[in-house]
Amino acid sequence: MSEPLLRATNLVKEFPVMGTGGLLRRPATFRAVDDVSFEIRAGETLALVGESGSGKSTTARLAARLLDVTSGTVELDGEDVTALKRSALNRFRSEVQVVFQDPFSSLNPRHTVERIVTAPLLYQQRPVPGGARAFTRSLMERVGLDPDHSQKYPAQFSGGQAQRIGIARALAVSPRVVVCDEAVSALDVSVQAQVINLLRELQREEGLTYLFIAHDLAVVRQIATRVAVMTQGQVVEEGARDAVFDAPRHEYTRKLLDAVPRIRPEWERQRRANAGRSAGATS
Amino acid sequence: MPRFLLTRVSSGLMVLLLVCLFTYLVFFALSPDPAVQICGKNCTPELIDQIRGNLGLDQPFWTQFFLFVVGIFAGRTYGDGAGAVECAAPCLGYSFQSSQAVWDMIVQRLPVSATVAIGAAVLWLLAGLVGGLLSAVKEGTFLDRFTTGLTLTSMSIPNYVLALVLQYVLVVQLQWLPFPQAVRFADDPVQWFLNFVMPWMVLAIGYAAAYTRLTRANVLDVLRENYVRTAYAKGLPQSLVWRRHALRPALTPIVTIFGMDFAGLLGGALITETVFGINGVGKMAADSIARNDQPVIMGVTLLAGFLVVVGNMVVDVVYTAIDPRVRVNA
Amino acid sequence: MTTDPMLLEVRDLTVTFPTPRGPLDAVKSLDLDLEPGGALGIVGESGSGKSMTSLAIMGLQPRAARRTGSVRLRGRELVGMSEADLRRVRGDRVAMVFQDPLSSLNPYYTVGLQIEEAYRAHRPGVTRRAARKIAIAALERVHIRDAAVRVNHYPHQFSGGMRQRVMIAMALSTEPELLIADEPTTALDVTVQAQILDLLQEIRRETGTGLVLITHDLAVVSEITDHIVVMKDGVCVERGAVEQIFTDPRHPYTQALLDAVPRIDDEIGELRAVVPDAATTSPATENTATENGGPA
Repeated sequence: MSEPLLRATNLVKEFPVMGTGGLLRRPATFRAVDDVSFEIRAGETLALVGESGSGKSTTARLAARLLDVTSGTVELDGEDVTALKRSALNRFRSEVQVVFQDPFSSLNPRHTVERIVTAPLLYQQRPVPGGARAFTRSLMERVGLDPDHSQKYPAQFSGGQAQRIGIARALAVSPRVVVCDEAVSALDVSVQAQVINLLRELQREEGLTYLFIAHDLAVVRQIATRVAVMTQGQVVEEGARDAVFDAPRHEYTRKLLDAVPRIRPEWERQRRANAGRSAGATS
Repeated sequence: MPRFLLTRVSSGLMVLLLVCLFTYLVFFALSPDPAVQICGKNCTPELIDQIRGNLGLDQPFWTQFFLFVVGIFAGRTYGDGAGAVECAAPCLGYSFQSSQAVWDMIVQRLPVSATVAIGAAVLWLLAGLVGGLLSAVKEGTFLDRFTTGLTLTSMSIPNYVLALVLQYVLVVQLQWLPFPQAVRFADDPVQWFLNFVMPWMVLAIGYAAAYTRLTRANVLDVLRENYVRTAYAKGLPQSLVWRRHALRPALTPIVTIFGMDFAGLLGGALITETVFGINGVGKMAADSIARNDQPVIMGVTLLAGFLVVVGNMVVDVVYTAIDPRVRVNA
Repeated sequence: MTTDPMLLEVRDLTVTFPTPRGPLDAVKSLDLDLEPGGALGIVGESGSGKSMTSLAIMGLQPRAARRTGSVRLRGRELVGMSEADLRRVRGDRVAMVFQDPLSSLNPYYTVGLQIEEAYRAHRPGVTRRAARKIAIAALERVHIRDAAVRVNHYPHQFSGGMRQRVMIAMALSTEPELLIADEPTTALDVTVQAQILDLLQEIRRETGTGLVLITHDLAVVSEITDHIVVMKDGVCVERGAVEQIFTDPRHPYTQALLDAVPRIDDEIGELRAVVPDAATTSPATENTATENGGPA
């Protein structure tokens, strides 16, 4: 196999916490990420799953260089990017982009779609290929939005559509890696399915690499190539998706999988059979 | 709790020391040479030097500051020999213009300022809370809109204008209030009380308006909280929902603001005291500025800083009693 | 009145909000039936009116809203009932559990006090001491350990799952006939969700309390309830026994919804998009702010 595109080695992130004792308090730290390592190959999706407080989001932010590591390294394509500054960091940002959970709070409500999706290029002082209008239209088409709405504001879109804008914004700089931080968690089931489909399609057609953060295991099953299960800042199990889901090795993974509510498989089978029958009857 | 108090007091003291340092630094850098002022008309350079020496003004800044801080706790003596001036602890400086220790000057006037502040605080709390609650209960009605208009108007009227208008209307025209006369409480309590009515009103009205708006906004916010919905869903009567679940959370933030506002006012209401000729700390400060009596200005500044810091500490302690989240996190 | 009245019988329930563009029905002509001890799931996406339905059953819809139709509890009509009478039903015969247990509990009071007041509101004359015993028993009932100590703790001293247990304990303290749970596990981690769902099942089994479970999660209703109402845009699009809905959904929306649910047990080639909210439609115009409105 080829070299991994994104590699994190022994990531540690500590946050200072408010100790007791006012001015005289001793400094205290909380270790949110505790020695986490992972690799993602080009065109694949690594899903980080875990419950709240597991450190999965912090890990994602470390990998995207939105937070600085306490120790450990992040490598992109073999290059150590842990300590990049200014222009070098800008270059890294055009390779690795992030899509956040809540599109409405992560998109500037006073900016039009066009301004939102072209902003990353402007910040990096790169030309907008083909002009802002045409560029925005083509991006919107790629993520399944009506290009005629390029002058509208985020609030004028539904949740699913707004998240598509978030994805368009991430794609504007043609990144190789997209970090999806609970990118579909806030969406309704129907919309969520569409956004998952979009992400899969983009990966298939453009070879994108995803670091996919989610607490919803069923969603992860739909999109991941590999899965890393996190709890209390550590990865307790990592492996190919079906291996983790079908034959979990770690106690915690089993507990997590057992807890997920399921529609009875026999109902599912019967529904598909019924649906097939009625489809056959109508055609 | 004691541990929390200890840390709170220790950081409070630290802040006070910084307030001292900053105040001293400002006056050290900005004010004209006090020695020249004390020296008077028939002054020679030698005399000035001598006075400087007596006051310690020839010392470096840090030495002067140290002497000042020590003076607060232990008292100090300015100069020596026959011209020596005693300044007992807590020595906040000595006014050579009034030939009095600043602390004594403050202590004489503090009760008057406190009377003004306490009376005004009672007034504005009553008016603000009642007005805010009524406004919130009757949200969107005529009463609510009327209150909102009234608060906006009263917040935009400057104190001194209000004071003059009130004096003219209440004393001159309507004659509801007598002309202010200097009386002691023991001699003529009624006249004494009536003397203070106008300052109280003038001082209270701006605060009352602000507190009305704050109370209204807080109550409306809290009524939208999920736990208020829960309280209704439990079948609690409306009165209990309001009293227990809406009022306490809504009024808690007001404690903070009140503590600071009140502490700030204890140190004297500059404009109101001056306009009404009330001989409090505020008027003293105003007079001292006019006379450029530097030690007094500095003393009053320190007092104000001290009161605000202490007020903050009191608020913090009170907060631990009324908000359980603070209590445990502390 | 029949000899064995339904526990809950909702007919033609409509909740209307005035908007600048004219009245908007958050809930439209909704019928619900629940037998004593039964469990009814109301499923829908955001803006479907499911939460408004739960509030409207209790008469807790926002002040601006107008509620019409009929809500009968054991044959007793709740719509049009005086506020005083309604208050006696709320929390006593019908209790509610909400989505976010942290914000649904008052941070200023111990959980004990909040359970006690729920109990004493419906049992006049009960002393605080007696109510305290009830509160401790209620906490024990939902498996909170050291209940006698925990009863004096404040909501922020509990974890998310424990807080939801407190909410459930509070709801059950008066032994209601009907428990309405509005997204009770949505804010919780999946392992905690499983525990809370187990608890709800256990309570139903042991006390025979009727349950109305409102959720967006089809898998959750499939495990917990025996009848399902699928709502969309304030309207019931399909109702039926749980097995029928999951094996033979008739309405296209239900079918699409079931197709869209990601499955943990296998990857589906392409998650089918639900018909109406196609990605390329024009920007959303409907007002979804009507859901989760505060109480009157």
